[in-house]
Amino acid sequence: MKVLVTVTDVAVVDDEFEIDGLDVDDRYLTYELNEWDDYAVEEAVQIAEDGTDVEVVTVTVGPERAEETIRKALAKGADRAVRVWDDAIAERELLDAETKASLLAAVAREEEPDLVLSGVQSGDDSFAATGVTLAEKLGVEWAAVVNRLGLDAAAGVASVHRELEGGVEELTDVELPAVLTIQTGINEPRYASLRGIRQAQNKPLDVQTLADLGLDESALETPLRWTATYEPETEGEATVFEGGVDETTGELAAVLRDAGVGQ
Amino acid sequence: MTVLAVAEHRRGELRDVSHELAGAGRELADATGSELHLAVVGGDAESFGEQLVREGVDAVHTVDHGEEFNHDVAVQAVEQLADGLAPDYLLLPHTVNGLDYAPAVAERLDLPLVTDAVGMEADGTLEVTREMYGSKVETTIEVEADRAVVTLRPAEWPQAPTGGDATVEPFDVSIDESAVRSTVSGFEEVAGGDVDISEADVLVSVGRGIEEEDNLDIIWDLAEALDATVSASRPVVDSGWLPKNRQVGQSGKVVTPDVYIAIGISGAVQHVAGMKGADTIIAINTDPNAPIFDIADYGIVDDLFEVVPALTEQFGG
Repeated sequence: MKVLVTVTDVAVVDDEFEIDGLDVDDRYLTYELNEWDDYAVEEAVQIAEDGTDVEVVTVTVGPERAEETIRKALAKGADRAVRVWDDAIAERELLDAETKASLLAAVAREEEPDLVLSGVQSGDDSFAATGVTLAEKLGVEWAAVVNRLGLDAAAGVASVHRELEGGVEELTDVELPAVLTIQTGINEPRYASLRGIRQAQNKPLDVQTLADLGLDESALETPLRWTATYEPETEGEATVFEGGVDETTGELAAVLRDAGVGQ
Repeated sequence: MTVLAVAEHRRGELRDVSHELAGAGRELADATGSELHLAVVGGDAESFGEQLVREGVDAVHTVDHGEEFNHDVAVQAVEQLADGLAPDYLLLPHTVNGLDYAPAVAERLDLPLVTDAVGMEADGTLEVTREMYGSKVETTIEVEADRAVVTLRPAEWPQAPTGGDATVEPFDVSIDESAVRSTVSGFEEVAGGDVDISEADVLVSVGRGIEEEDNLDIIWDLAEALDATVSASRPVVDSGWLPKNRQVGQSGKVVTPDVYIAIGISGAVQHVAGMKGADTIIAINTDPNAPIFDIADYGIVDDLFEVVPALTEQFGG
């Protein structure tokens, strides 16, 4: 059995930042393994540990910088990695869900996984649409926002809980192969062990260009244009207490007592 | 021109976002000189159809197929609705179920998809406002196409007012059952337990800023000093440090206490959806730009590990 996990190297913005053109100035960005993908990687590694002969392959659309994050996923237990990138992709300002799914689908067609695990969304652009778009491109089943997964590989069924709003979960059986988008909290992601980190250095990490995947630049065409980025006007009218901790907590305590708290 | 919005229901009830889609749909229809059509798939379609008749809605289409949402049915039904009604803009909810079928609908209809919209402007072309980096910035996306699928963030648009005189008509679809490869077998309530945070008058709520499970002690101490109940944002529950029944937010509980003290909570939209109805909101956070300060009444921008014990002390704890 083969599990393909999509891994995104997401940008995280510092508390204080400036915008440069269409994006946050690079000086205020740090990159890390997307939180949702961390849970997806863990779920895949647990499937591999529980089963026999399960291969876990990660796939990432991202520049060379992303390899640090990819190695982290390998250190946690994935077997090998594919990274998709070339100059034409680098030139794109906006990689929308459909474009990203086209690239991932090309890799999935080569890998032919039984199961694809994808984070519900990425922490930066938060489209939350790549996984289901990928499923539709591959013509396979899917389930979005999965927070429990039971796999019956022999029967070819994934029994999932989908986390709906308001503390309700939907119980659904999905035919394999399938793409599942994984919600945070489904498991407890491990920290990579030192041994894992050492081993990850020697695990295969293939870089694929558009041409390698049998695609050309038309795969990157999208009618969506990213036209502006700005800091939202704050609607806040909060009274922020200034000063040392004794002062600020003293003033806050007075507000709380006025509201009848702690009397 | 036509704007088509698809309603959402669950366990016998139409969800509020349906009327927000109608509200947003009317705005977009006015901006583009369009008719606004609504559709509902499954459930008590006839009754839902009547409930969807609101001011500004020109027509309602009901698809009588199945009780609960199933994405394989929804995708086929909405594809056929789109084929029949030829909408220029198709509006779907950015809900958990919206996430489960909107991308497939867009893909099947070969239409561009913009998700999680918090604003829409149409002046020749459609411009969608959405957020990035956990609400730290807003961006605009221009759709250089005549048609598009847009998913709308819940609780961002006003609900369409009651009233109106739209016609409600059944819409026939033919669902290929062999393409229905997922089965919804039931629902499970997961937020039960010993404490009901939605009943609390005062909530001391803790988020990712607490960093480690052992640090929760200072939160319990404060709650005890204030005679308050402890609740949490998602990361704390995801980490297993507090049970699900203490989670405030979209996937947890909606709370409306007299006082809500958000400690180390940035205020992601999913969290805010669960607590913005509190009378007084207090935020303690090191990040002055954290979105929680946009809705807070009072705040302290400082290290919670200093502030929380000092506040407890103010109450003799």
